[in-house]
Amino acid sequence: MNKNQVQWLGFMFLSLTMVFILLVLGLILYFIIARGIHVISWEFLTQVPRRAMTQGGIAPALVGTFYLTIGAIIFALPIGLACAIYLVEYYPKSIVINIIRLSINNLAGVPSVVFGLFGLAVFVRFLGFGVSILSGSLTLGIMILPGIISATQEALLAVPQSLREASLALGATQWQTIRKTVLPTALPGIMTGVILSVGRAAGETAPIMFTAATFYTRGFPGSIFDQVMALPYHIYALMTEGTFPERQTAIAYGCALILLILVLLISAIAIILRQRQRQYGTV
Amino acid sequence: MEQYDNVRIRAEEVRFFYGDKLALKDINLPIFENKVTAIIGPSGCGKSTFIRLLNRMNELIPNTHFEGKILLDGVNIYDPDVDVVAIRRKVGMVFQKPNPFPKSIFENLSYGLKVNGIRDRHYIEERVIKSLEEAALWNEVKDRFNESALRLSGGQQQRLCIARCLTVEPEVILFDEPCASLDPISTNRIEELIENLKQKYTIVIVTHNMQQAARVSDYTAFMYMGELIEFDRTEKIFTVPRDKRTEEYITGKFG
Ligand SMILES: Nc1ncnc2c1ncn2[C@@H]1O[C@H](COP(=O)(O)OP(=O)(O)O)[C@@H](O)[C@H]1O
Ligand SMILES: [Mg+2]
Repeated sequence: MNKNQVQWLGFMFLSLTMVFILLVLGLILYFIIARGIHVISWEFLTQVPRRAMTQGGIAPALVGTFYLTIGAIIFALPIGLACAIYLVEYYPKSIVINIIRLSINNLAGVPSVVFGLFGLAVFVRFLGFGVSILSGSLTLGIMILPGIISATQEALLAVPQSLREASLALGATQWQTIRKTVLPTALPGIMTGVILSVGRAAGETAPIMFTAATFYTRGFPGSIFDQVMALPYHIYALMTEGTFPERQTAIAYGCALILLILVLLISAIAIILRQRQRQYGTV
Repeated sequence: MEQYDNVRIRAEEVRFFYGDKLALKDINLPIFENKVTAIIGPSGCGKSTFIRLLNRMNELIPNTHFEGKILLDGVNIYDPDVDVVAIRRKVGMVFQKPNPFPKSIFENLSYGLKVNGIRDRHYIEERVIKSLEEAALWNEVKDRFNESALRLSGGQQQRLCIARCLTVEPEVILFDEPCASLDPISTNRIEELIENLKQKYTIVIVTHNMQQAARVSDYTAFMYMGELIEFDRTEKIFTVPRDKRTEEYITGKFG
């Protein structure tokens, strides 16, 4: 075989893997859409469930997922930002900081069901928040915290040192430098990380299973101490509980489709943001 | 030589370590008021390390250590009770690679004033225009204030950085190889600029371009492997150097 043939084979192999991945993605989309599309309607999105989940809509689950996700971000974003800024901008490079970094990365690898059990023990029981939006949000918040910290750290580290120097050389304090130069420059990167975390928080089942979610509520939550329905848990419940598995399955696929669309939308926003940043960076 | 000119900065027994590595060995050097002092020497000899000590920029690098004194108007800027922010406002700096903020041209220029607590719009505009004129950039950007500074050419960006440095009215300006990334025409303009700026400012310029040092400076310091080998009036260094290594360097035998 001459080297051109080797190259041809190499490219062939690479394009085959591409085709394979697209195929898998396409199959996922196809099955979810094919099975879920016919239950989706305006009513499905805006009504409360009726007749033991087999009719009506999933509005409370949408609202519940929205509250849980917003709650998680409200909790995790300020803490994550502060932590990342401290680690990157203030703390002198040392062994201690490497250990902290490693621990945060390890935290990101903890399975989500473990966070669920932690939330149950600490927020639901020990702090007495009960099974509630508050407990669920805090649990989800802790789960996405490492992601937000790493994304923010990366975005901060990507800000050229020369910009910090430019600011300090003009007589800016370190705090002014962070606020007026480093953070604005890092913002698109931080936003991308945050949005991806939103997607993760919206889609996870295990962390809210013991801390916030319930199969059925009559209406919408009235306070942060109420239980809620949530999309991912609703899918799980429809498939494992209830009395009309046939009809429930169809609704579960409808929910899955909605969740898929939500998460894809969220990722699309992140991609657009990143693209914008690239364009701005190169002109 | 010191009878004629006023010493603005004096380095006394300066040593600097990166970790355990000694990068500057007992440097003693005066910087004279309203003169251009060039620091030359082969790359890696410690020019940047030295010039960055003059506005305490090296403090940003972790695991480094400074010994000695840098006296600015007789006060050691490394004394614990000295305000580093005030020092950096007095001693401005232009870096090797142009480093405009990814903001508009006007925001780049108003930045220094704003972080120093100036809010008066009129005054800010006045300073911005004045600095652009001093940096010979006014004509090129006067209609483009709201454009991103990143759209300027490399040479324009570097003059913008000089203008930005001038807005806060420093007394000393440090240039660390300001033309290293520029084309010959831009280099020329910056050299002319430095020539004009010395009426008002005390200037220290690092360069590894000996012609440039000869053209723009009044005094020249030659460094080699972390040591200051020779310091004198520029014409003396370039005509009758006392040290053999200086002679070899300026005649291009090494470096
Ligand atoms: N951040 C740093 N960490 C460790 N060593 C450094 C650092 N910066 C410079 N040095 C070393 O210090 C010496 C002087 O460097 P520098 O001042 O940049 O030289 P010059 O500007 O004359 O080229 C070189 O040997 C260089 O490798
Ligand atoms: Mg250098």
